[in-house]
Order: sequence, then C-alpha cells, then structure tokens
Amino acid sequence: MFFKFMKGYRLKYIFASISIIISSFLSVIIPIIIKTSIDSIIGDKKIEGRIILSFFNLLGGRDYLREHLYIVALLIVLITALNGLFMYIKGKWANEAAEATAKNLRDSLYSHLQRIYYNFHVEAKTGDLIQRCTSDVETIKSFLAVQFVEIGRTVFMVLFILSIMFYYNAAYALISISLIPFIFAASYIFFKKVKKQFQLCDEAEGEMSAVLQENLTGVRVVKAFNREEFEIEKFEEKNRTYRDLLLKLMRTFAYFWSSSDAMCMLQTFLVVVYGVYLASKGAITLGTLIIFISYIGMLLWPIRQLGRILSDMGKSFVAIARINEILKEPIEDLSTGLTPNIEGNIEFKNLYFSYRDGKDVLKDITFSIKKGETIAIIGPTGSGKSTLAYLLLGLYDYNRGSIELDGVELKNINKNYLRQNIGLVSQDCFLFSKTLKENIAISTKNVEDERIFEASKIADIHDTILSFEKGYETQIGEKGVTLSGGQKQRVAIARCVIKDYRVLIFDDSLSAVDTETEQHIRNRLKERSKDTTTIIITHRLTTAHECDRIIVLDKGTIIEMGSHDELIKKGGFYRRLWDIQSQLDEE
Amino acid sequence: MEIREQEFKKNFDLHLWKRLFDFLKKYRNSVFFLIFVMFGVGIIDATFPILNKYAIDNFVKNKSLDGFYKFILIYLTLIAVQVFNVWWLIALAGKIDMGLCYDIRKSAFNKLQRLSFSYYDKTPVGWIMARLTSDVARIGDTLAWGIVDFIWGIAIMGSIVVYMFILNARLALITLSVVPLLAVLSIYFQKKILFEYRKVRRINSQITGAFNEGIMGAKTSKILNIEDKNIDEFKGLTRSMFSSSVRAAILSSIYMPLVMTLGSIGTALALNFGGRSVMLNTISFGTLAAFISYSIQFFDPVRELARVMAEFISAQTAAERVISLIDTEVEIKDFGELSQIKKINGDIEFKDVSFSYKDGEDVLEDFNLKVKAGQSIALVGETGSGKSTIVNLLCRFYEPTRGSIYIDGMDYKSIPLSKLHSSLGYVLQTPHLFSGTIKENIQYGNLNASFEEIIEAAKLANAHEFIMSLEKAYDTEVGEGGSKLSVGQRQLISIARAIVANPSIFILDEATSSVDTETEHMIQQAISKVLKGRTSFIIAHRLSTIKSADRILVIKNGKIIEDGSHRELMKKRGYYYRLYTNQYILEQEKKIFG
Repeated sequence: MFFKFMKGYRLKYIFASISIIISSFLSVIIPIIIKTSIDSIIGDKKIEGRIILSFFNLLGGRDYLREHLYIVALLIVLITALNGLFMYIKGKWANEAAEATAKNLRDSLYSHLQRIYYNFHVEAKTGDLIQRCTSDVETIKSFLAVQFVEIGRTVFMVLFILSIMFYYNAAYALISISLIPFIFAASYIFFKKVKKQFQLCDEAEGEMSAVLQENLTGVRVVKAFNREEFEIEKFEEKNRTYRDLLLKLMRTFAYFWSSSDAMCMLQTFLVVVYGVYLASKGAITLGTLIIFISYIGMLLWPIRQLGRILSDMGKSFVAIARINEILKEPIEDLSTGLTPNIEGNIEFKNLYFSYRDGKDVLKDITFSIKKGETIAIIGPTGSGKSTLAYLLLGLYDYNRGSIELDGVELKNINKNYLRQNIGLVSQDCFLFSKTLKENIAISTKNVEDERIFEASKIADIHDTILSFEKGYETQIGEKGVTLSGGQKQRVAIARCVIKDYRVLIFDDSLSAVDTETEQHIRNRLKERSKDTTTIIITHRLTTAHECDRIIVLDKGTIIEMGSHDELIKKGGFYRRLWDIQSQLDEE
Repeated sequence: MEIREQEFKKNFDLHLWKRLFDFLKKYRNSVFFLIFVMFGVGIIDATFPILNKYAIDNFVKNKSLDGFYKFILIYLTLIAVQVFNVWWLIALAGKIDMGLCYDIRKSAFNKLQRLSFSYYDKTPVGWIMARLTSDVARIGDTLAWGIVDFIWGIAIMGSIVVYMFILNARLALITLSVVPLLAVLSIYFQKKILFEYRKVRRINSQITGAFNEGIMGAKTSKILNIEDKNIDEFKGLTRSMFSSSVRAAILSSIYMPLVMTLGSIGTALALNFGGRSVMLNTISFGTLAAFISYSIQFFDPVRELARVMAEFISAQTAAERVISLIDTEVEIKDFGELSQIKKINGDIEFKDVSFSYKDGEDVLEDFNLKVKAGQSIALVGETGSGKSTIVNLLCRFYEPTRGSIYIDGMDYKSIPLSKLHSSLGYVLQTPHLFSGTIKENIQYGNLNASFEEIIEAAKLANAHEFIMSLEKAYDTEVGEGGSKLSVGQRQLISIARAIVANPSIFILDEATSSVDTETEHMIQQAISKVLKGRTSFIIAHRLSTIKSADRILVIKNGKIIEDGSHRELMKKRGYYYRLYTNQYILEQEKKIFG
C-alpha cells in the first residue's frame, strides 16, 4: 500500500530494513564480548560456546588475549563503529525512502487536485482536503521513517536477546522477562486510552483559540462596546479550562510513567537479585549476570515504545485510505483532442444542461455569435448565465445538443488548447499570494514588463498599482496587502487581457467597479482588439445596451434576444427595465 | 514591528531570560522542589551500578549470601524513592509548564485588549494567534522540561564522576577522557540538527500554504489554464522539502553512531585498563563492571544537555516575539481626567483635524465639522475618501495627528475611554457576533440588561420576530462569528446589541452586501427608529438611508465637498446628484433581477 509511492527508493528501503537487522545483531554482540572477557580472559572460566570459542581463538586464544587485552577493547570499538555504520545506512536510506514517498504523495495529491474536475472543487470541503494533504502525508512519512523502523528493531532485538538469554540459562531467562509482557501491555493500553484525554485537551485548546480569534477579528466591537474586561474574563475561563485539562493529563502521565518505571525497575531488580543468587551458588558465571543486566537495560525502553507505536499504528492505515480516496477521483483529460484554428464564431444548438442533481439549468439554448461581436447576457440570479460561460470553457460537459466553435464540436477540442483561446474573468476573483506583477502575468510565459503595464492600463489599475509603495512588486494575500473588491476585479481583468484570447467572457466581473471606470475598460478593450468575440454577463443595463446584441435569460431559457433597438421595439422584459431607468432621467 | 519570522538567534539574550524568569517566579517553590527531585532521580540512577558492584564483590565473588536481605531491602527502597520521584517530576514539570503557558497567555491577552487599532492594522490576526498558541507552548515546554533534563543531566553526570573517583581515580580519568570530545560534538550537532529541522518546518508550512492556495484557487487555475505551472511550482517546493528533510535526517543519522562509537571508546578504555587492574588485583570485578556500566550510562546525559542548550537558544526567538507583544507600548493612553462626567449629550466638533495612518499620506487635512446633538449625518463618497477615518477618529480608535475633537465642548481626550465607548452604539458593515446565544450577543451591548430590555431592544431592531421563529428563540447558538445565522439576521442582532447599550452617539457603517429585500426593509425600519434623538454618523450606501439623514456630507479626498440635505444637494446637480442617480439605477436593477 505504501510501496506504490516509494518508486525509485524501494531497494534502499529494503536495504535499510536489512541494516536494522544487522545493527540489532551487532548491538547484542557487545555484551557477549564483555561477558567473555570478564569470565574467561580476565577471569579463569573456560570460554563457552563453539562459535565464540573459535572466534576468540582466531584472535589469538585466551592466553594471548590476556596479555593483549586491548585487542578485545578495540574489538568493542570496532563492532560499535560497524553497528554505527549500519545505523547510518538505515537512517539515511529509510529517511530518503520515507521522504521520497512523502514527496510523491504530495506531488500526486497536488497534481491530482489541479487536474480533477471543476465540479469537485465547487463542492469540496477545503479544510478536510488540506488535512489529508498535509497531516495524513506526515503520518505516513513518520510511519515509514520512524515507526516501522522502530518496530523492526525492537522485534529483532527481542528475538536475539531472548535466544541468547535462553541459551545461557532458561530459568533465569524466564524470570528476567517475566514482567516484560505486562510492561508492554500497560503501555499499549495506556496510549490507546489516553487518546481520549488528548482529544479533550485539543478541543479545549480549540475553544480557547476560537475565543482568541473571535476577539481579534471582532476587536472593533469589543472596543466600541467597551467590553475589554468582559473579554478578558471570557478568555481567562477558556485559558484556565485548557490549563486544568492539561494538568489532569499530566497527572495521568505521572501515574503511568511512575508505575511503568516501577515495573521496569522491578524487572531489573529481579534480574539482579536472582542473578546474584544464582551466581553466588555457582549456577551462572559473573559474566552471565552482567550480560543479563545489560540485556534487560537494552530491552525495557524499546518495549515501552513498541506499545506506544502499535497503539498508534492504525492512524497510518486510515491516512493512506483517506489519501487514496482523493486519488481515486477521476481527473480531466486536458491534453488530447482537436486543435482547430479558433476564430471566435460560436454556435449553440438546442443545448440542454443539468448539474448532478438532474435539474435542467439550461434548456434548449440556440444562438450564434460571430467573430468580433460583443454580446451581453442579462437575467436574474440563477438563470444559467454563468453556466453558459463554464460550458464554453469546457469546465462541464453538456448532456444534449451541441456547441460549435468555428464549426468544431466543443467537446472534441483539446481542453488546454480551448482554455488558452477562451478567457474568462469570473465572479470571484481569486488572486494568488504572489506579487501583483506575477499575478497579472500568471498565465503567460516570459512576458515583457511593457505588456504587463499595458494590460494593467486596459484594466484601469496601472495608476493604482504605481501608487503602492512597492508598485508592481507589491505582495498580495495573507502576507501582504489586502486589495479592495474593485481593485481585485481589475487585477483579475488585467490578468485576463494580457493574453490575446479569441473569446473573452466577463462573468459579472465589473460589479465592484463604478460605471464610468467600467466604460473606460470596455472602450480600451475594444480599441485593442476588434476581432475578439466578447461575452459580457452583467447586471447593468448601461453596459448591456452598448453591446451588439443582448440575450435575456430566465430560468434557463432565452426569453429575448436582439440588439438594444430591437428589444426596445419588442416591448418585453428588457423594455420594462429600460423604462425604469428613463423615468429617473426625466425626474 | 518586525513581522518576518526570524528563525534562529545566535546569542544568549540575558534581558529576555530575565523577563521570562519574572514569569517563573510565581512557581518558585515548585521549581525548587523539582530541582530537588531531579537531583534525586539523577543520583539514584547513578547509584544502581554501585549496588550491582556491591553485590558482585560481596555475594558473587565470596559465594556467600550474608546480608542479602539487607541488600534487597536497600534496592527496593531506592526503587520506591525513584518511583515517587518520577511521579513528582512529571507532576511538577507539568504544573510549571501549564502554569507558565497560562500566565503568559493571560498577560498577552490582557495587553491585546489595551492595544489600539494601529497595532491591529499592521499585525495580522494569524501572527498574533501563533504567538499565543505555538510560541507560548514552546516557551513553557522548553523552560519546564528543560529544567528537568538539565538538572537530571548535571546530577547524574556529577554523581557518576564522584562514584568513579571514589572507586578508582586513575581509571575514572582514563574512562572519562572521551567526554570533552563527546560534549563538543554533541553541542555542535544538536545545534545544527535543530537548525535543520526548523528549516524543514518552515518549508512544511509553505507546503501547507501552497496546498491551501492550490485548493482555494483551483477553479481560477482551471479557467486560466495554469495547472501545469502550479504543479511545477509546487514540485519545486516539495523538492526543496525533500532535500532539506533528508539533510536533517542524515545529520541525526551521523550524530548517533558517532556518539555511540565515542562512548564505546570509553567502554573499551574501561575494559582494557580496568581488566588489567583486575588481573593485577588492584581493583575488584565489581568495580570493573561498574565502570563498564558508567561508560555506557554517561553519554545519555551529555546528549541531553547539548539538546537542552540548543533548544533554549532556539526558543529565544519564540520568547522574543511573545515578550515583544507583552511589552508593546499602548498608543492611545487613557487620561480620563474628567471621570465625573455623567452623560454625554452628543455635540461634536472636529477642529482642524489632520490624520494619517502610519507613514502614509494625510487622509484628512485640516478637517472641520460641527454636529449638534441629535443630528443624523450621512457620509457618502468613494472608498478611500476618508469616511471611515472620520468615524474611527470619533470613536477614538485612532487619535488625530493634529487638531482636536470636542464632545459636548470638552476635548475628548480628557473623557475616560470607557465613558466614551459606553456612550457609543456601533453597528459594523460586516456584523460580527461572538459564539454564544442570541441573548448573550444582544446583552453584549449592556451586560446589566435584563431579559425584558433585551427583548425590547430586539423588537426595536425588528429582530424579535425572526428570533422567536427559531426553535430555541433567544437561546439559539449563533455559531462561530455568527455563522449559523444569515447576514441579514446578524445585522439585525447587531443593531439590537447597539440599542440595548442606549448610546447617545450612534455610528452605523451600512452593509453593502446584499440581503434579501424583505430583510433590507426591516433593517431600514430598525435604523430609522433607532436614530431618533441621537447624534448619528452613518456611512451610507442605500438611498433611503441617505435621503432620511438630516445632513449629507459628500467626502472626497478627505474633504467635505458638498454639505446639505438631500433636497439641497439634488438641486445643486453636482457630485451628489450623479452619485444618487447611479445608485438609483443600480437599486432598480437589483429589484428586477433579484
């Protein structure tokens, strides 16, 4: 499950795992060397065990080593260094593999979310998505880099140590590990149970942060109503609750660690006392006593950690499942399809469209726009105006009927190509937290400053930008300047007009700009490119009446279509609107 | 103020730690007890090998169990004391940690309540939040647990050294000869490792930011067809994340083996020289065993001490940011000489008032305005013309850079801030409610208001009806920031909140955001009722509000360019006329398009 994302690093991870085994083996060797030195080189016991005997014989035999004790000492340093080497390999490769996995996961999640269907983002819960992309990835990474490695290490250590202990003295070995299962179980159970208490603390912290946040964002209200003292008390209460819960948690920890330590120390106590008893009876050697004492010291901490890790491990599997849920979502095909020459002639033929809920948003839409025309679309909220724009960009697939772009069915056109030729300034102008310059030039490559300035001039934002302290280098977004609604819209327009789109759609994107400025912007656009087909979705009649043709949408159908004069003559919906305005002028 | 997050401060900042120790003073007794306990833990940890030595030399070597029970008893007593110590160490360190965090947060919050608007203008909410949460937590953590690890390290190292020298001074010197190198190496590596991990954390927060933007801006990215560009940029981030995390991991992967190998040299020295002494019978087997244990036991505290020191130094940045917040000077000082004032009537005069936000151009220049008590003033003009500034100055959220403002003929700086603010009723453009019930939110305007008064105010604000239609009526939870209510409902409640305060001066920043026609009508009605008999300033957007004001001021570039009633200004056919007609068209269109 995790391996899928470890591409290119799998071998390293396997080697890292092997290094763990070698390293645990090497660390249990050293106590044996010390034991043998104490018993048989410094002391006068015979060397036990064939392998150990032949190994020491290889080094020169007992008598030689007795004269040259430093050889054994060097051996300890050497084996530790070798162990260190394998630990290093393990550390390096396990981390590389884990980080590579994390990188792959992040990259695939990000790319996937960029390429996923538009609709997904309309319905998405941002907070949840971000959590999956960040903390879930982090969980998996630490599982691979730390937890899995620790588990492996502990398991092998336990195996090696147990077999050596039982090899030396089975009864002593049994006594020496008699409390270990309890120590493990206690820590496993404790860390499972304490999660609830952690959660309570997290919640309390959340509440405290919420009060703080509300206070900071509502600082005007607080000051205007002179409620500083009240707020201080409110925060005080949450602050205190949080502290008290943490104190309670600390107490729980105090009980756990002290009792767990008690068990660990008792286990060591058993090893020492029983060992001393056996040794004094001559049943075991002094070296065996020492080796058991060092082994129990090596076991206790990892066993407790193991309990903690295992109680936590479920999280990683949940995390990968949550990530896979995102990656399973289908993505848009952006790169295949036709790339016909686009001039800007658009034709809708009996088009029907519905979102997932199945209700028709657009019904039997038929109209055509010729290259270079400017069309206004007006109509009440929810009449399907924006949907028309989304369809033209291929953000949704239509169900029935057809849209043709210069005679080519829109569905069959390469989506990247399509969106490079049709520009849309949408209602919500999301700007990226980059500089103004980068924002305006975001959809172009290697663009000269001149063109950026020109686009800004068209969008009537150039002078405003220059009035900022840092001009075009002004950083916007969270870490920088906050722009007003109208300024944002104009930057969004500049961002769009910097490209020579064949079709340009404004989706109510001049609403926060006053009418005069809007007219300015439109005139300048017209001057620059007469051939661009322009669709303006608007609430403003003053804007609509200057367009070549006006389409009035209501409840998903076209109720009126024609030039201003034609519609006035017709005396329908548009006429009624127009009359209200004229009344005022006469007043 | 410096917003950029500095990550690492090289030197030890004495003044800073003095300020932190001020906070620690309250826990003096706990700290002393903790230090005592930690000495106990360290000494006992170092004593176990001595017990083992005793057992080896007396029971194992002599093959007799004389005094074995006494040995067992002492061993068990030490365990019992140690268990007791462990309990206390966690309880005490926890108490200090949590108490410290609590105290620091409390004083930071108190300071935040007194800081003026200019502070909030230049300090993002997120920045303050981070100071009061993660930074404070880090300070508490570093101080409390730093004491634990530090004292433990000192105690255990000290005891081991003492024991070793008592057992055999020559062997002690030989075995400990690797320690200086160990210490230098540890300090070097721990500092570097910490530094690398901070870098990783910084990139990590950039990645979170990128995800955030990538998801929030996904729709825009699709429309602009910049998906690939985004992906490329993102991959740049994850690539640098990969390389710095691996660098940090490699650093720790080098450090541990290095320390272990150095430690093993100590063991090897003990075995070699100790072993030879055993053969020569100058030391016992037990002593040799104790030296071998100590040589292994020694490198843990060295590592811990190095880590604690690195952490102390790095926690300085967090501490500095928090302390700087607590020590921020309050700009608007409350002189409050005239504390005996009973009631403010609402005569207002701006006299030659100039104002500029920090380092900016003058927003107002020699601004003059006289308003009689009870008059309602509509302020109209473009964004940035200075309307909000006038209101902000009046509320004394800011103070004029030059000139003065008089209320009832008194320089308003001499009126206590609390008196001034409790005479104000303020309705914001985007109504801000607090989590809690509707009742609590209305009561915010006047904490002593009875339930009858609250209902009264709600009725005046046209909010009573919709409140009663809710299942829990006045006890309905409004959600964070009021999120469970519609914008219009929030607005009505915020009006009720202002009414219940019974202010003599009313300030209203009219909402531009669309609410449905019916609610808008209700808000309109409520406002006109409320304004009666009160001095009021309205930043107005709706024609009906503007029209019904006694006086309309058209503000442009910080100056009043037209001043008069609706009728007078319409006759003029000037700026107001154009503004009005434009607005009229927009409102008509909105009515039709819904």
